Amino acid sequence: MMTSGSPAAGGSLRHAFGGVLSFFILVLIGVLAFSIRLFSVIKYESVIHEFDPYFNYRVTQFLTKKGIYDFWNWFDDRTWYPLGRVIGGTVYPGLTLTAGTMWWLANSLNIPLSVETVCVFTAPIFSAFASWAAYLLTKEVKGPGAGLTAAALLAMVPSYISRSVAGSYDNEAVAIFALVNTFYLYVKTLNTGSLFYATLNAISYFYMVCSWGGYTFIINLIPMHVLLCIVTGRYSSRLYIAYAPLVVLGTLLAALVPVVGFNAVMTSEHFASFLVFIILHVVALVHYIKGILSPRMFKVAVTLVLSVGIVLCFAAVAILIAVVAASPTKGWSGRSLSLLDPTYASKYIPIIASVSEHQPPTWPSYFMDINVLAFLVPAGIIACFLPLSDASSFAVLYIVTSVYFSGVMVRLMLVLAPAACIMSGIALSEAFGALTGSIKFQLLASSDPQDNAGDATPVSVLPENGKAKIDKAEETTKERGPSKKNKKKEKDVVEKASVSHRPENRRAEKKLRALPIESSVMGILLLVLLGAFYVIHCVWAAAEAYSAPSIVLTSRTHDGLHVFDDFREAYAWLSHNTEVDDKVASCYRRQQYLEQHTYCNCWYAMSSPEKAAWEIFNSLDVKYVFVIFGGLVGYPSDDINKFLWMVRIGGGVFPHIKEPDYLRDGNYRIDSMATPTMLNSLMYKLSYYRFVETDGKGFDRVRRTEIGKKNFKLTHFEEVFTTHHWMVRIYKLKTPRNRIRGKAKKSKSKATTSSGSTISPKTKKNPWQ
Amino acid sequence: MEASRCFLLVAIFFFLSIGGSCAAQDVQIVNAERRIDLASHIVKVYLTLKIENIGTSSVTEVLLAFPPTQVNHLALVKAQAAVGKRKKKTYVPLDVKSKDLPDGPNGTKYFSIYLLDPLNPGEALTLEILYMLTHSLEPFPLEISQSESQLVYFRDSAFILSPYHIKEQTTFIKTPSKRVESFSVVEPTNRAGLELKYGPYNDQSPFSYSPILVHLENNNAFAVVEDLVREVEISHWGSIQITEQYKLVHAGARHKGGFSRVEYQGKPGYNGVSSFKNLLARLPPKVHSVYYRDDIGNISSSRLRVGSQKSELEFEPRYPLFGGWKATFVIGYGIPMEDFLFESPDGRRYLNFSFGCPLSETVVDKLTVKIVLPEGSQEPSVVVPFEVKQSLERKYSYLDVVGRTVVVLEKTNVVPEHNSPFQVYYQFKPIFMLAEPVMLISVFFLLFVTSITYLHLDLSLRK
Repeated sequence: MMTSGSPAAGGSLRHAFGGVLSFFILVLIGVLAFSIRLFSVIKYESVIHEFDPYFNYRVTQFLTKKGIYDFWNWFDDRTWYPLGRVIGGTVYPGLTLTAGTMWWLANSLNIPLSVETVCVFTAPIFSAFASWAAYLLTKEVKGPGAGLTAAALLAMVPSYISRSVAGSYDNEAVAIFALVNTFYLYVKTLNTGSLFYATLNAISYFYMVCSWGGYTFIINLIPMHVLLCIVTGRYSSRLYIAYAPLVVLGTLLAALVPVVGFNAVMTSEHFASFLVFIILHVVALVHYIKGILSPRMFKVAVTLVLSVGIVLCFAAVAILIAVVAASPTKGWSGRSLSLLDPTYASKYIPIIASVSEHQPPTWPSYFMDINVLAFLVPAGIIACFLPLSDASSFAVLYIVTSVYFSGVMVRLMLVLAPAACIMSGIALSEAFGALTGSIKFQLLASSDPQDNAGDATPVSVLPENGKAKIDKAEETTKERGPSKKNKKKEKDVVEKASVSHRPENRRAEKKLRALPIESSVMGILLLVLLGAFYVIHCVWAAAEAYSAPSIVLTSRTHDGLHVFDDFREAYAWLSHNTEVDDKVASCYRRQQYLEQHTYCNCWYAMSSPEKAAWEIFNSLDVKYVFVIFGGLVGYPSDDINKFLWMVRIGGGVFPHIKEPDYLRDGNYRIDSMATPTMLNSLMYKLSYYRFVETDGKGFDRVRRTEIGKKNFKLTHFEEVFTTHHWMVRIYKLKTPRNRIRGKAKKSKSKATTSSGSTISPKTKKNPWQ
Repeated sequence: MEASRCFLLVAIFFFLSIGGSCAAQDVQIVNAERRIDLASHIVKVYLTLKIENIGTSSVTEVLLAFPPTQVNHLALVKAQAAVGKRKKKTYVPLDVKSKDLPDGPNGTKYFSIYLLDPLNPGEALTLEILYMLTHSLEPFPLEISQSESQLVYFRDSAFILSPYHIKEQTTFIKTPSKRVESFSVVEPTNRAGLELKYGPYNDQSPFSYSPILVHLENNNAFAVVEDLVREVEISHWGSIQITEQYKLVHAGARHKGGFSRVEYQGKPGYNGVSSFKNLLARLPPKVHSVYYRDDIGNISSSRLRVGSQKSELEFEPRYPLFGGWKATFVIGYGIPMEDFLFESPDGRRYLNFSFGCPLSETVVDKLTVKIVLPEGSQEPSVVVPFEVKQSLERKYSYLDVVGRTVVVLEKTNVVPEHNSPFQVYYQFKPIFMLAEPVMLISVFFLLFVTSITYLHLDLSLRK
């Protein structure tokens, strides 16, 4: 790998050979990235494996059937039931449009792929693209050798695999490619100063905005880097070209995406970019004026501009603060705030906190998701400082910020993964370079001590760094003082300078710095071992951990594989045996609701007693209620276990639902010690209806306890379907009685008042009328 | 009750005898035996007629009469004549065609059986007739709950409807279980075990009709495929791919109330007896790459046994089907080309494949068979042993340019007995097999040529 990285000493033929070799390596990396994600298709089947992506799939189907214009105008009354959803205006269309275009392309070539097939394989295809983009980005930072290593690492990093196996059709699938690609084009522009790449960069940014809400990461990271460059005195016209067109074009293009729209100029997430834009122009102006004025005149001008500038700045800041303060969330959306303040979500937005992927990650999950990269990253950071360029400072900034964000939210581990791969790629490549270089030097030195000065020049600096990195990588002592490293680095730089000044001393220096051949070989072996361990871990993660679909569950028993296909059984039953317009209330696929939707009565209804719940459902015109129940087979993520979140969310909208009512002494339990509120809640009843008849005791295998209330009847609901393993239970609301006898009047007035007082005005509809 | 029935009978007799007078009276039926099999939801009627020519001229066709309510449900009529004496008795299949005669009383519809040899005056002949009725068992009560068993009505006539005079006739009705709620009595009527016997009746005039109603228990799978599309795609590269799209429904008494899994799994013998979940498809031998899936993916509950004589696919829908419940699924498989695709002596190719639905004991309301011929085939022609609606379509599949000819055959009311082979003849030149590889090769060639040219061109303005 390093052969292509070292300067072409062997002439153009060798250079061409390196180019062809790296091309083939890249092709193989693409194949690897694609095929490592196919475990789920081979082990299970070619369907969309998760629940959430089915929404994206549905949108894609609509797009391919009705076309783009209907797609923008699509109001979907099926999701988020009581309110409906304007799909065109609330989804990030990147993924859908990508898959739709791919489908259209294949079909116009008369290749009859189904939309589903295209959707299933979108993620693996784009992960191959992402590794190529990582190659390009790392190549800009540290040369092609590091690029290839980084691409190979990214092709199989478990964190990314978890979001992009075949059959997981999520926004992240294309977004990571778009993210890395945007960074590459930014760095490329920064290195070349070409307006062509700047324009491409804006378009790539537009694609990222289309694909994922995570685009705000880009539009904050790049300004940070620009600011860093300005502060450290690295301003150049290349920096201006890299940044100014991106802000102008990028913002205009971003505003074209309906879901972003005017947010591109109105929310605080984007303000940093504008601020830096202004600063950049000021700096550019100063540089320009400095160029045309004499130093004395310049000093005068500086004082003049400073005094005017400060006033203007104050005014601008005041306006900014006023605008921000006027908006309800201070201009920051809830999720962004929870990034800045990790405790924000759990305090204020239970719906965001309720999703497991919005929790902070644990240490083991770092090891699981990026494995040995976690140890290589520090070495990579150090390598980036030797020497520090615009591009490598960007890489350092990228890794530092993404480490912080991944610490806040486990989902953002995904953003960390490419950065970690790039850093580790640099580290590995530099280490290999140093070790192979010193072996070469030693061999040459022993055979022909005179004639190798020119050939081994690039090695002169590397061995020491390489050694430092290997120490790092192998001992994994990250806590060792960075200041020490920095000193070392400075020393290196100084020495390098001195070395280049005194060619006659080079050989001596080199000899001093080259490692002994035995330790070099050992180092290479250890690094290869490390890489092998990483590969094994990745393959294991891809095959076992991340490829198990959540719509089909399997368990291995002594008599073979047992398949639990209850979810699809239930969906198939629902789709064939209920009317098209029937509404089904369920709490399971709540992630669909997540995107901004906190108003969902079904949670409230689930935590209410049966009669009240029936009234709510009836007022919402819900006909069926859908409950996930794992008690019979021991499926832990069922509705009872998620019920407490429903209570919390419901409590946020309807204050009289109190979490303590469902807890006995702070414990969440469903056995005979459970609170009456819990035992009377609809969720409890629907889950355990007639459950006791299966084994006579009603033993719940998830909670490992007998249920509290065993024999009860449902008066307002009837069981219409229960799947083979009881994992899904569907109930139908009984129709209201035609005639109300006796106490009719009384109950009627009661019903009205109760619903009036509990349900928000929107649903205040008397079920009896 | 009895009086009104008598009145009705008399009225019908009266009416029928007026209408029937004009039918050919050259033929009389000496002896008729009818066996009606109600064991499944397809009603099979075996009719043995001994006919005799009592006229003066020879007879070439024999008429069968059906009341209009039965004609709509009539899936199949087959007839064969018994030839030879006792031991050397063989059966010769005869042509049966529907025939429009204007004089049918009360909308009676006719089928005519064409005899191979004209029946001369004074001669006698035994005809064996099989006809099948679908959707003729009417569930009553219309809705049943999970624990009830399914009861159905069967309506027919105690006398065989015929334009001829019948000297002696008997009707046997075989019921699936011993439970028969009620049955009409037209003396003499006997019930023994699983069998109801009507008759013998002597000397019934033409178009005699006496409605009977049998209310019986029938818990067999009322599996009806509402719509089945079979697509047979021929590739001369060596395989034939078949895709079958099913829309299955339980056409029995509708399910009422809830479905309780506890009861269904706890007491399988007593609960949900009218529901079904096991289905059996008989696939061609040496079948390969079989899949069974629906819109949301693979359905794991299936077992395949491949043999050299036949292959059997046992499968279950995702959920047990109760009355009125529906399920859709797709079964697909490949079969080796050499077993089904042949070259006829005149140089044309032909596909020999079975027509009907591979599911056993299943009625198909609407069957569409599409044969996708390879790209470049010409002059398709079809030989089907029964009447079907034919049309042509065009389909574009992998990298097609001119498209493939699709022969579409449509038939309604298909029963398993329609699983007889049919042939599709077409002209095909093997050179067309190379079209797509050549196309791909040239595209890649052009791609490389273009990239080489591009790399060698210097388009920059500055040197």
